[in-house]
Amino acid sequence: MSAPRPYANSHDRGQGHGPGHGPRDADGHRDAPPPDGGHGHGSRRGYVIGFLLSAVLTAIPFWLVMTGAIASVQTTAIIVVALAFVQIIVHTFFFLHLNPRAEGGWTLLAFIFTVIIIAIVIAGSLWIMFHLNSNMMPMDGMGM
Amino acid sequence: MFNETVLKTIFGRLSFESFPIHEPILIATFLGVVVIGLGIVGAITKYKLWGYLWTEWFTSVDHKKIGIMYIILGIIMLLRGFADAIMMRAQQAVSFGANEGYLNAHHYDQIFTAHGTIMIFFVAIPLVVGIINYVMPLQIGARDVAFPFLNNFSFWLTVAGAGLVMVSLFVGEFSRGGWLNYVPVANLQNSPDTGPDYYLWALQIAGIGTTLSGINMVVTIIKMRAPGMTMMKLPVFCWTALCSNVLVIAIFPVLTAAFAMLMLDRYVGTNFFTNDLGGNPMMYWNLVWIWGHPEVYVLILPIFGIYSEVTSTFTGKRLFGYSSMVYATVVITILSYLVWLHHFFTMGSGASVNSFFGIATMVISIPTGAKIFNWLFTMYRGQIRFELPMQWVVAFMLTFVVGGMTGVMLAIPPADFVLHNSLFLVAHFHNVIIGGVVFGLFAGIDYWFPKAFGFKLDPFWGRIHFWGWVIGYWVAWTPMYVAGLMGVTRRLRHLDDATLQPLFIIAAIGVAIIAIGIAAFVIQIVVSIINRDKLRVGDDPWNGRTLEWATSSPPPAYNFAFTPVVHDLDAWHDMKERGHQRPTGGYMPIHMPRNTGAGVILSGLAAVLGFAMVWYIWWLAAVSFVAMIGYGIAHTFNYNRDYHISAEEVAETERKNALAGA
Repeated sequence: MSAPRPYANSHDRGQGHGPGHGPRDADGHRDAPPPDGGHGHGSRRGYVIGFLLSAVLTAIPFWLVMTGAIASVQTTAIIVVALAFVQIIVHTFFFLHLNPRAEGGWTLLAFIFTVIIIAIVIAGSLWIMFHLNSNMMPMDGMGM
Repeated sequence: MFNETVLKTIFGRLSFESFPIHEPILIATFLGVVVIGLGIVGAITKYKLWGYLWTEWFTSVDHKKIGIMYIILGIIMLLRGFADAIMMRAQQAVSFGANEGYLNAHHYDQIFTAHGTIMIFFVAIPLVVGIINYVMPLQIGARDVAFPFLNNFSFWLTVAGAGLVMVSLFVGEFSRGGWLNYVPVANLQNSPDTGPDYYLWALQIAGIGTTLSGINMVVTIIKMRAPGMTMMKLPVFCWTALCSNVLVIAIFPVLTAAFAMLMLDRYVGTNFFTNDLGGNPMMYWNLVWIWGHPEVYVLILPIFGIYSEVTSTFTGKRLFGYSSMVYATVVITILSYLVWLHHFFTMGSGASVNSFFGIATMVISIPTGAKIFNWLFTMYRGQIRFELPMQWVVAFMLTFVVGGMTGVMLAIPPADFVLHNSLFLVAHFHNVIIGGVVFGLFAGIDYWFPKAFGFKLDPFWGRIHFWGWVIGYWVAWTPMYVAGLMGVTRRLRHLDDATLQPLFIIAAIGVAIIAIGIAAFVIQIVVSIINRDKLRVGDDPWNGRTLEWATSSPPPAYNFAFTPVVHDLDAWHDMKERGHQRPTGGYMPIHMPRNTGAGVILSGLAAVLGFAMVWYIWWLAAVSFVAMIGYGIAHTFNYNRDYHISAEEVAETERKNALAGA
């Protein structure tokens, strides 16, 4: 094995970190992604499908709420939230191009982290506020 | 009245009554600020420094200069926040029985709010971000951060927020709702004044800056490490900075959203956090503490990194248990999301919720304890040099462990029902924040000052600074632990029970000792600058182990003429072992980002927008908002963003630095 070299070779040097270059121009990385960064920028077809799905998924909740097509408010609310959830997935795939290869896996890792954090925040808040309400809210007929 | 309508349109709710001319303390402060401010402005003008400051500092996108500016901002705001602390301690020391003290309730409430807000948002965060900004790119062998302009913009947004808080001292008033601007106090019907609005706008603007800075730092660490530096060869300080900034990205949007909802409550009459129409004030507490608990780890994690670097350098040994340190940091990062309810055990969520969050809180002490043992084992059988940074480490370990133990006490829900909102709690968090964060920041400043300026800080005044803080902390806060256990609650302006007065007098003496420490810190910097030729040291004054010491001190604008290749965790130590010689030829032109004034201008407009919204000056708000968006778009068409430092200039700089560093 040859002696370890103290500095990067000439290919690595002289590369700057100018603003227009973005982080991927950073000095040589042994774990650098392939030239296209494994980061598909999507096709026109993909964007059109994503746009149409988003438009439909936005229109349905509006229609449900504006016309009151479903009598039960509870059911309407559940459907609206469910469609919002589908909308998130549509955006993630068609606009953010999330896949396990992008940026050497960092994108997927960041996404999983975000999902975990949001799940903790939402589930925790619901749990806390539900318990608070059942413990602290005056019951009917308790009198104040 | 026509006149009144015109005035209202032009000035919103700003009028002569908005200026606190009835408060003699504020008038005296205002005069002092005017005199000092005019003195500084006059001196800068006299020595024709405006151009220099603008081109070399304010518009700089160099991470090193931005880091230094963050630290200067933090130190200035520390003086303001500490002035608030002195006023509170003085009030509480005298205000017993018939004596009402010298502060009225209205003013006192603003002081404790401003103290907490400033110390966390405009002292601790800028100092931590400043040190990360300066050191982290050097430690990973990078030329700058990933987004240099964004870095400058983040800094100036923080300044804009700090400026709004300072303006509230003399124009209108600040919030009286505690450091997180709690509802219901901060609701419109309870605080129709400008206080909570100042708070919200200042923190929204500064918060955006902190979020952007977090993104910048994470991208830098993940994408810009020198070749060979795998994640498990990343210096501990960079690991902790990474985890801290990941937390920033995850939590600051929650705070921004909570503040945005409170703004809607106050400006357009929604009912998110009122008691009407299904609103719930406790939801505000829930949201701000989802931010608030991880926030303390945002502050302490990078500080743990500083302690690790200092301990390893000054014992001349590799850090004990590097990988356990990394895993402990990651575990703390995750766990810090699972504990926020311990800040409001008493709100009534019941036993199951409280026990979950209580146990989760106690679990955090395990990885933190592991870290303490790692530092102790690093010191064990090391050649310890008790230079200033190492002194801070030892003081930290002794002080912080006590704070950690009182923290576990508070994590027990039944105990918390007794201790909640007592001075015991206040003593606990000052114990961990002063004994942990503040001591670590001073360790970091003492340690990296020669890196940034090429000369050491004066050790004599450094020791007075050290002892002032350490003794002062213990004298000031031990009696507060006692008072808290005896049932004294926080945020009290007046106490009836005169038997408690000795405790508060001792605390006031403690704060006076801390004041000596702070004065010695300022003197230390001034004396060191005056004696800089005597204190000048080489490039590697402490026999450092990580890459920041591989370049000259102070480093050139481009940091490294050649990007180092990393073969070992302690990369610079490894290079020295191999008999490293800095290259003297073969330089290449270096591609660099160009300075820009856009960050200053955009942040200035943001500050104007905030001020206009606080005072309901709608036309000014509209103008500044449009100008901000317009200027932001216009700036994207500025293609003159980069330049090359020629190979000859690099050669000349390197030659000069080699002579100076020898």
